[in-house]
Amino acid sequence: MDYIRLGYEDVAVAAVLVALNAMLSLRLRLGLGLENRLVIAAVRMVVQLSLVGLVLKALFAAVSPWLTLGAAVLMVLFAGREVLARQSRRFTGWWTYGLGTSSIMVAAILVTVLALTTQIRPDPWYHPRYAIPLLGMILGNTMTGVALGLDRLLTGAVREKAAIEAQLCLGREFSAALKPLVRQALRSGLIPIVNAMSAAGLVSLPGMMTGQILSGVDPMEAVKYQILIMFLIAGGTGLGLLAAVLAGARRLTDPRHRLRLDRLAASAAEQP
Amino acid sequence: MNQPDRFGQQEHANEGFRPLLNVKNLTRPGIAPVDLAIGAGECLILGGPSGAGKTLLLRAIADLDPNDGDVFLEGVSRDQIPAPRWRRMAAYVPSESGWWAERVGDHFTNPETAAPLLDRLGLDSGALTTGALDWPVSRLSTGERQRLALARALAMEPKVLLLDEPTSGLDPDSTRRVEAVIAGRLTQGAAALFVTHDAEQAMRLQGGRLQSRRLTMNAGVVSEAEA
Repeated sequence: MDYIRLGYEDVAVAAVLVALNAMLSLRLRLGLGLENRLVIAAVRMVVQLSLVGLVLKALFAAVSPWLTLGAAVLMVLFAGREVLARQSRRFTGWWTYGLGTSSIMVAAILVTVLALTTQIRPDPWYHPRYAIPLLGMILGNTMTGVALGLDRLLTGAVREKAAIEAQLCLGREFSAALKPLVRQALRSGLIPIVNAMSAAGLVSLPGMMTGQILSGVDPMEAVKYQILIMFLIAGGTGLGLLAAVLAGARRLTDPRHRLRLDRLAASAAEQP
Repeated sequence: MNQPDRFGQQEHANEGFRPLLNVKNLTRPGIAPVDLAIGAGECLILGGPSGAGKTLLLRAIADLDPNDGDVFLEGVSRDQIPAPRWRRMAAYVPSESGWWAERVGDHFTNPETAAPLLDRLGLDSGALTTGALDWPVSRLSTGERQRLALARALAMEPKVLLLDEPTSGLDPDSTRRVEAVIAGRLTQGAAALFVTHDAEQAMRLQGGRLQSRRLTMNAGVVSEAEA
């Protein structure tokens, strides 16, 4: 494989573009501290990516199942935190963090291991050069889907309390009363991956495929890889989303078919 | 008298009174343990200031919120009845109604039997024009919502009516109609727990032929109403 190596000076030239943006923002007095935020974000990105590069390099050198597993667990925990940050309503107690995290963990790890052991089959199967990027892609998308679905479910349950309880009062079962909301939550969680698959190739060239092409892989080979990844992402998102939304819906009720909004923490707006 | 937490039971004790709804030691955050009994054909009027816990009490009886204590309907414990069936037998009609479909008729379990009920509540049953069941919910007035919410609950033929200010948004004519419909259900053997702020309404309900008693609720405690 032939690819063009970048020197640090090449990267520095590209950084001039960011500096130019910042200077324009200052000059035109667009204000709002935008130039600061731009520079801080750029610096953060450089530091974070460099660190990740170093970590990946060490992991690839070690090819240890335990180190790889440790990295995977860390990634899952960060993804769980991100799911939580994107929810405006949350469960109380263990469920606050546990619901989103455990659903994305089960789904992403299941799909990643399946792909590694049956389709990509590196040697050994847990080789971090394959396992970590694969898990990252699946995890990132599953996380987005789960966050969207849970947010829709929980804000919807609060907003539609009167309509849900009206159905309960008329003798409907809780699952029937909540069904429209569960459907909406599943739909909104699946929208990003559905959109990504529909637009792939026409509007955007997916990142991984582009990367492989830049590093000299034959386009048809890169396309095959991308299709595999899209299917894995769709599978992971669907599984994680279904688990999170169904478990969330169960947590919203009890054996007496009540709507248990008391199991949600007060929203930021309601807190004193 | 003088046993202020056991309304009903001691008054009727000598007549071999068998209450339709019997609430024993019912409690939840916001209300002190409540005991009350309502017989078939009886209307229990519950007054008291806003925030006293009247709505919480009705919700607890309907089992919509976690609560402790025992509730019996015709001697059968609520715990032995699945919650959806319980709520069809003891119908709670909140003061603010909830709607989940676009058309009014979709909120009725058996719309075809609702027509006479709508007539008596002063709503168009559809004999001449498009009836209330075909109206879109978004176009309902407050009073129409309130009466339709009552109608869809009554259409289930509940044995106990838990009514939270069922006439608060109604004009005098509609109020009388609602009172008459409820009275009709009571003569057919239902029982009602009727929350109202309106002293005149309470007098009217009590002054009519209805068998009724008045209670008042203050800061979560139910007691006998004065006069």
